[in-house]
Amino acid sequence: MRAGTEGARERWVSTGGIELCVRELGDASRPTVVLLHGYPDSKEVWSEVAERLRDRFHVVLYDVRGCGRSTAPQPLRGGFTLEKLTDDFLAVAEAVSPDAPVHLVGHDWGSVQGWEFATARRTEGRIASFTSISGPSLDHLALWLRRRAARPTPRRAAQLLGQSARSWYVYALHTPVLPEALMRGPLLKRWPKILARLEKLPADGYPTESLPTDAAHGAWLYRDNVRARMRRPRTDAYAHAPVQLITPTGDVFLSDRLYDDLEEWAPGLVRHTLAARHWVPRSRPDQVSAWIAGFVTERERGAGGPAAVAASTPAGPYAQAFGGRLVLVTGAASGIGRATAFAFAEAGARVIAVDRDPEGAVRTAEMARLLGAPEAAAETVDVSDEAAMEKLAAKVAAEHGVVDVLVNNAGIGLAGTFLDTSAEDWRKVLDVNLWGVIHGCRAFGRQMAERGQGGHIVNTASAAAFQPSKALTAYSTSKAAVLMLSECLRAELAGRGIGVTAICPGIVNTGITATARFAGVSEEEQRRLRKKAVRLYGRRNYPPEKVAEAVLRAVLRDRAVVPVTPEAHALRLLSRFAPRLLRVLARIDLPL
Amino acid sequence: MASAVARELTADLRGFKEVQRLAYACAEEVAARLRPGVTEREAARMQREWLRERGVRDWFHLPFAWFGDRTAFVGFRVPLQFFPTGRRLEPGMPFILDMAPVHRGFTADIGYAGCLGPHPLHDRLLADLREHRELILREVRERRSLREIYEEVDRLMARQGHENRHRAYPFGVIAHKVGRVRERRWSPQVLGFGTQALRGLASDALRGHREGWSPLWSPHRFSDHPPAPGLWAVEPHLGFRGVGAKFEELLVVTDSRDPEESAFWLDDDLPHVRRRQEERAA
Repeated sequence: MRAGTEGARERWVSTGGIELCVRELGDASRPTVVLLHGYPDSKEVWSEVAERLRDRFHVVLYDVRGCGRSTAPQPLRGGFTLEKLTDDFLAVAEAVSPDAPVHLVGHDWGSVQGWEFATARRTEGRIASFTSISGPSLDHLALWLRRRAARPTPRRAAQLLGQSARSWYVYALHTPVLPEALMRGPLLKRWPKILARLEKLPADGYPTESLPTDAAHGAWLYRDNVRARMRRPRTDAYAHAPVQLITPTGDVFLSDRLYDDLEEWAPGLVRHTLAARHWVPRSRPDQVSAWIAGFVTERERGAGGPAAVAASTPAGPYAQAFGGRLVLVTGAASGIGRATAFAFAEAGARVIAVDRDPEGAVRTAEMARLLGAPEAAAETVDVSDEAAMEKLAAKVAAEHGVVDVLVNNAGIGLAGTFLDTSAEDWRKVLDVNLWGVIHGCRAFGRQMAERGQGGHIVNTASAAAFQPSKALTAYSTSKAAVLMLSECLRAELAGRGIGVTAICPGIVNTGITATARFAGVSEEEQRRLRKKAVRLYGRRNYPPEKVAEAVLRAVLRDRAVVPVTPEAHALRLLSRFAPRLLRVLARIDLPL
Repeated sequence: MASAVARELTADLRGFKEVQRLAYACAEEVAARLRPGVTEREAARMQREWLRERGVRDWFHLPFAWFGDRTAFVGFRVPLQFFPTGRRLEPGMPFILDMAPVHRGFTADIGYAGCLGPHPLHDRLLADLREHRELILREVRERRSLREIYEEVDRLMARQGHENRHRAYPFGVIAHKVGRVRERRWSPQVLGFGTQALRGLASDALRGHREGWSPLWSPHRFSDHPPAPGLWAVEPHLGFRGVGAKFEELLVVTDSRDPEESAFWLDDDLPHVRRRQEERAA
């Protein structure tokens, strides 16, 4: 028995001469969630997700006919039409949940089937909700292609060609005999390795031994349905159940443009995006099961019609990507950190605001909740304290789970020439600006890497990281170190699906000027300089909200180095093409 | 503030108080009549007509109305964007009504923030504004420089997590002086501002320039002086991610040495103050 199937109940459901192998987990009195696998898979593809859902739901998995332990139709040709697959689904649903409609989740071909079930008339009333992952409705797909072929504007033509190129395997599978021969031979022997290499799947005993037959029989899914539906798509394929769409943005088989027109077929559609490749049930089980659970629970609570669901969920690309994710921001009591926490909160993320200043952190968490964060907590920690950061990481993992996005933003300002800067000043600046980032990356980055389900780290560097200045020696040094740390870490973590970004804001109107130290001056001069710096930054008046926006965009697009203000962009450009000019600028005194 | 109520009001102050009450009554009346689909222009016209019917003939400025994210001046670049637009009110939208009628020669300038339906974030902003009302009065009584008080308000806003949106007003003012206006039969407006009132402001500016003060309370150097005696229309304006809220009311500054007498809010019986007392009682 495979890991994670303890306490599972297996039964056989016969339909049209086929025996389907059905596995049930969890309390049967709970809402039923049916997980439907794709190609070339068996129900085992869902084992990780099922494990995470079984405590809350009645989870049902079954092997599609011809796959896994279910028997195959004879002859194969004509035995895999969507109509017959609908019969299978109805039989299973009748067996496992005779009284209540089921919540359907499909991945790949499971999702293609799911769309058929969610739009066919005879399944009406049997489906409570449908979560679609990486599998369009064939009817929608046919109409999508036709629309683009009929009026090929440059953009539409590019979309058409893009998807056509991604569908190479569909054409290949229409070749007779040869695919099966390949699958029984060399190709499938290497399949787990190919998956591990290209899809970055953990090597954890999946796929199972049934793979060669899954792949060979499953080819008939394509042969029996694709041509028929492309030729005569149904034009009434409107969903009769609420639909949630989870789109992996790195899917090499399906373009995310495929879902552009989906709202017209499924009103009130809830969208999520995930920075991952095709097999998200294996590579991102935590997030996938969280979204399934959230959607099912919402539907069970009967939260109005589809329109009500849409109204209660924030829309837009950030909400799709960050809704429900766990984001931790350091230095979140003010300035860029606070604005970043708010921006994530607005996108529906769960936010943890960390700062030395307890009052400010609490305030950030409170406002984050008002902005729509499903959860927001405040933690008082000094980022330069290694033990405290380790403790925080353990606490967060225990109470909220592994952080999905870490923003190492806490920093302090220090102005002064090298000869004016004392060793104590150096220590202070490096402790917060550099060691704070190191502690954050060590504590939380390790958790992310160990979980193996991706994530993102954002470190706040500065335009001072590439602009030398005689008046900001210690600060610039610390920020340049953060920039290089981010670049190295990015290279190291790339293989684990974790992105690292260095943000270089430039002159932004935040509280850093009000608390900055000026080395080697009297107290009175200190106050005067601070005041002038505050006014100078106030006159520049670049809002931290724009930096926060840049942070979200950088995470979404996985950018390495992101200058934000125009001056930061200009300095970065100059640092590459005219470094001597920057050296001249470095000699200028601060305009204070 | 029992002492303030009991305070002998001069005839002048009574006049200002009356017109301020009239303006707030107008704001409450119009706010109660706002329905989904009403445009900013219609809301501004409702205020104008309501006040005209009650004898207002001249204006410091014509009524403004801002709906939705326009309450936080999102994307405002040129002053013309302050004027009411065809933006329609929707359920859950915040709104701000801002008017400055002149009645029998007395000027009021008020701002009224509300919301169509419950909005926890907006409630929070209104609660935060109260701290500013207290802060401003306290610091004016301490005779701090106006520029410093402005920066103090900025700091409080930053602590609260809000953006300073009065920065968007002309000269970035948080307050400006108002005074008596001569009643003329013909009192035209230029770009929404009454010429009589502007003349008053200009003559104040001239006098202030000679004496070292300014009728505009701004973050700039010309406001680096203690509060000048007179009436100040104070209008702190908070913005938080597309939601804005403000109040505006008259602050009386005198040259008295007694701190209580040296500065006080003209009227403590205003909607936003009452709301706080009700909440405290609850």
